[in-house]
Amino acid sequence: MSSEILNSWILTLVTFIPLGGALLLLLFPRRQRDIRIFALVVTLLTFALSLHLPVHFHRFQAGFHYEIDRQWIASPNIHYHMGVDGISMWLVVLTTFLTPLCVLISWKSIAERVKEFFILLLVLETALIGVFTSLDLFLFYFFWEATLIPMALLIGMYGHGRKVYAAVKFFLYTMVASVFMLAAILWLYAKVGSFDFVTIQAAIRSGQVEGFSSAATWLFLGFFVAFAVKVPLFPLHTWLPDAHVEAPTAGSVLLAGVLLKMGTYGMLRFNLGLFPEQARQNAPWIMVLALIGIVYGALVAMVQPNLKKLIAYSSISHLGFVVLGIFSFTSAGLNGAEFVMLAHGVSTGALFMLAGIIYERRHTYEINELGGLATPMPMYATFFLFITLSSVGLPLLNGFIGEFLVLSGAFQARAVYGVLAATGVIWSACYLLWMYQRVFFGKVTQEVNNSLPDLSAREKTALWPTAVVALAMGVLPLIWLNAIDPAVQNALAPFAQLASKVAGR
Amino acid sequence: MSPMDQSLQSIPQAADYIRFLPELVLSICGIVVMVLDPLLDEESSQKTLGLIALLGTIAALAATLYMSTYPGLGFWNMIRVDEFSVFFHFLILSIAAVVILMSYEYMAVQRIRGGEYYGLILFGVLGMVLMSSAVELVLIFIALEISSISTYILAGFRLREASSSEASLKYFLLGSFATAFFLYGVALMFGATGSTNILAISQSLQANTSVLAYVAVALMFVGLGFKVASAPFHVWTPDVYEGSPAPIVALMSTGPKAAVFAVLLRIFFQANAPGRFWLIWVSAALSMTLGNVGALVQSNVKRLLAYSSIAHAGYVLVAFAAAPELGTSAALFYTAAYAAMNVGAFAVVSHFAGFGERYVTLEDYSGLGRRSPLLAATLTIFLLSLIGIPITGGFFAKFYVFSAALKANLVGLTIIGVINSAIGAYYYLRIIVVMYMREAREETPVPSVPAALGVALAISLIATVYLGVLPERVLTYAQTSAAQLVHAETAAASAHPGAVPPAP
Repeated sequence: MSSEILNSWILTLVTFIPLGGALLLLLFPRRQRDIRIFALVVTLLTFALSLHLPVHFHRFQAGFHYEIDRQWIASPNIHYHMGVDGISMWLVVLTTFLTPLCVLISWKSIAERVKEFFILLLVLETALIGVFTSLDLFLFYFFWEATLIPMALLIGMYGHGRKVYAAVKFFLYTMVASVFMLAAILWLYAKVGSFDFVTIQAAIRSGQVEGFSSAATWLFLGFFVAFAVKVPLFPLHTWLPDAHVEAPTAGSVLLAGVLLKMGTYGMLRFNLGLFPEQARQNAPWIMVLALIGIVYGALVAMVQPNLKKLIAYSSISHLGFVVLGIFSFTSAGLNGAEFVMLAHGVSTGALFMLAGIIYERRHTYEINELGGLATPMPMYATFFLFITLSSVGLPLLNGFIGEFLVLSGAFQARAVYGVLAATGVIWSACYLLWMYQRVFFGKVTQEVNNSLPDLSAREKTALWPTAVVALAMGVLPLIWLNAIDPAVQNALAPFAQLASKVAGR
Repeated sequence: MSPMDQSLQSIPQAADYIRFLPELVLSICGIVVMVLDPLLDEESSQKTLGLIALLGTIAALAATLYMSTYPGLGFWNMIRVDEFSVFFHFLILSIAAVVILMSYEYMAVQRIRGGEYYGLILFGVLGMVLMSSAVELVLIFIALEISSISTYILAGFRLREASSSEASLKYFLLGSFATAFFLYGVALMFGATGSTNILAISQSLQANTSVLAYVAVALMFVGLGFKVASAPFHVWTPDVYEGSPAPIVALMSTGPKAAVFAVLLRIFFQANAPGRFWLIWVSAALSMTLGNVGALVQSNVKRLLAYSSIAHAGYVLVAFAAAPELGTSAALFYTAAYAAMNVGAFAVVSHFAGFGERYVTLEDYSGLGRRSPLLAATLTIFLLSLIGIPITGGFFAKFYVFSAALKANLVGLTIIGVINSAIGAYYYLRIIVVMYMREAREETPVPSVPAALGVALAISLIATVYLGVLPERVLTYAQTSAAQLVHAETAAASAHPGAVPPAP
């Protein structure tokens, strides 16, 4: 296959191979081992193919890469238009990177309805990748909604405790919010006559959209609400702790690792890309909400008695950084926001895997049921510490780079935002390290914990990649930022014009 | 001399009969079924007559194909074969075929004799398809009555259940009342324009519009609104759907609705009825809201789907409120997608109901995902389509309807619509939740799926997914049909210069 053809079809392949795998799984006999191995092979294949994207990425090529644009439906004018830039490309790779780990971590813990589980997981992967690769708004909405069902079913069928409540809450929150986005998309289509992101963007920028000035704020809010629920931005976050606590481990990993990024990615791509002026006008209150999210998430995390809930609230705090970075409209802020998204995906994904590992052994997430685990499980404790530190933002690990960039962006936007956000870093050190201390140090408080087995080979295989990537992202961030920066500059271009327009007055 | 008198001098041409061929096939098959019924015992009457009815609908489909090569007016301008009527012929006949397939198992389980049942289905379908090609209000009325009276009787076919007789009687009384409204509207329209022919009415209304015409349109809308179960004429729906046999609910929630939507489209857009906008707007908003809110609290799946069908009538009416051409094509597409998913959902419900339709509450569905994974997955896809989740026809249909509405600047109605579709998600989701996330309290039996039902489910499923992934073909067809419908008057005007002058 010539590289030309591969380049135009690679996104299609990466997006739909998991779906193809899911369809094949439908025909599989119910032999659990075969199903697991097959799912692992499919997800690894997807990951390997997705590495084609960064390897052949041309930094200096403007616009979108690996584009494919075919007409799907003539009227309404819907195209199968896919493409990635530095921002979405890494999110695709993050998704394909985390999914095989999810398969590994679910190897034993999912013992019933195994076939359905892996089918749902693979369908979810396709939908997630599709969200990041779509450049047609119809296609985007198509995949966006398509993520809902498999995720809700994963939570509802394989979760614990109040799983049904959590699944329905998750579904309804997201569904209700996204219909507003649908209305906004349809309005744009009615005026522009195309769902194509690039076409709509060009039409808006050249001022050809009739009635845009009066509707723009509403359109901005329509998109924003859908994304804010997904992020989740304070005060729309209440579905997240429930969903996380009740979800199976793989569900949590993908939920925290990728699903939440759909929201921040959407803000970056659509809120900034289509409505720069409105983004600028609304930035103050959005940044305030992001700051509240950072501090509130951290404070609530601190008092959680439940390990998973603690990690869930830490996500709210971290995602607050991302939103803050995006709406600082600075190069550092946007680069940092994207980097935090990736870093958070890796570290929090790993944290949820670690929480899942202890749950498999003890069937509880309560922190006071644990304690002194460093003695019986030294290997586990080491991994846990490493990932905790990366999440805290220790220099040389992945969390630091992103948070640092976001903070410097926030300072440039407004010093007080930077100061307040910086307290979030301190808070995160408090709750994570305190949690670590309670779980691992001291004497073993519960008799059963003495006999807990340390990590198995399979669990180590799932954890090593996250640890390696966390270190690599901390030491060599330029590998990632090199591709991200051109996309960020592109996203910021209209803001430079806006600024000069303001200055010109 | 009016064209009616001119035409009366000539006898019907061969082409006239071809344009009426599907209806002829259906009535002949219906009569054959009725005649054969007394000659057969119960079991073979179910099997044999079902087969004849199925073959009849398939033959009628073939006849439609043949008919579509003879577009034009027939029988003294009473029927009109165009892509619009061919579209509805295909749709309604396919619905009928699937319903007959699912009736196979149902009749055996419920021990119903086949003759009258299948005969009435065929006659009812005859009325429905005739409605879609009739362009003469009196003929429309006759077709409407054929279809309605057949469904009144069919609604009472659960002979051992009081609720079924109640459903039948309720449907009959309220339905007759509604038909009277329609007839009154027709009479007033004749008074206003001097004609009952839609094309002639259109020309007359263009010349001048009297108050009488407004009243006529409103009255006709009341009558037809009842038939499509749109609010505020919807109150009969839950009781009737709950009491009627499940396959018949599948038929009457899709077939007559599609046909009456066809009539409404003809009256509204082909005859260019005055004062329609606010009628539709209010009815659409009410139907969506009352339907969805009503469904929230239902615990009987048939009642739940009844309220959902009210809501879906509302979505179709949103399309009616949009611009004629785009709105018509959106309504056509929506009707087709709705038919596929709703018939499919009722096929599962009817299969699962058991003898005497015992298992129709939400509780009975608990743990279905474990007991019968394939059936549960199929129902899930139909329900997701009813919610409007991607890769299903329901998603695309909704998308297209709201897109048409926004194109016509109906921002308010669109907002009401999207909020409603979010509300709707909740109660469909409840069924999915019960199936997958609740354990069965007592083992409700799941009979294995017989071949006929399997075919019915497969057809509905393929249609639902096909309309969601590759909607292009059906969409193009809907668009050309819509264009023909909306621009018919110009074509008709050139073909028949001697139109009826407006009444003095």
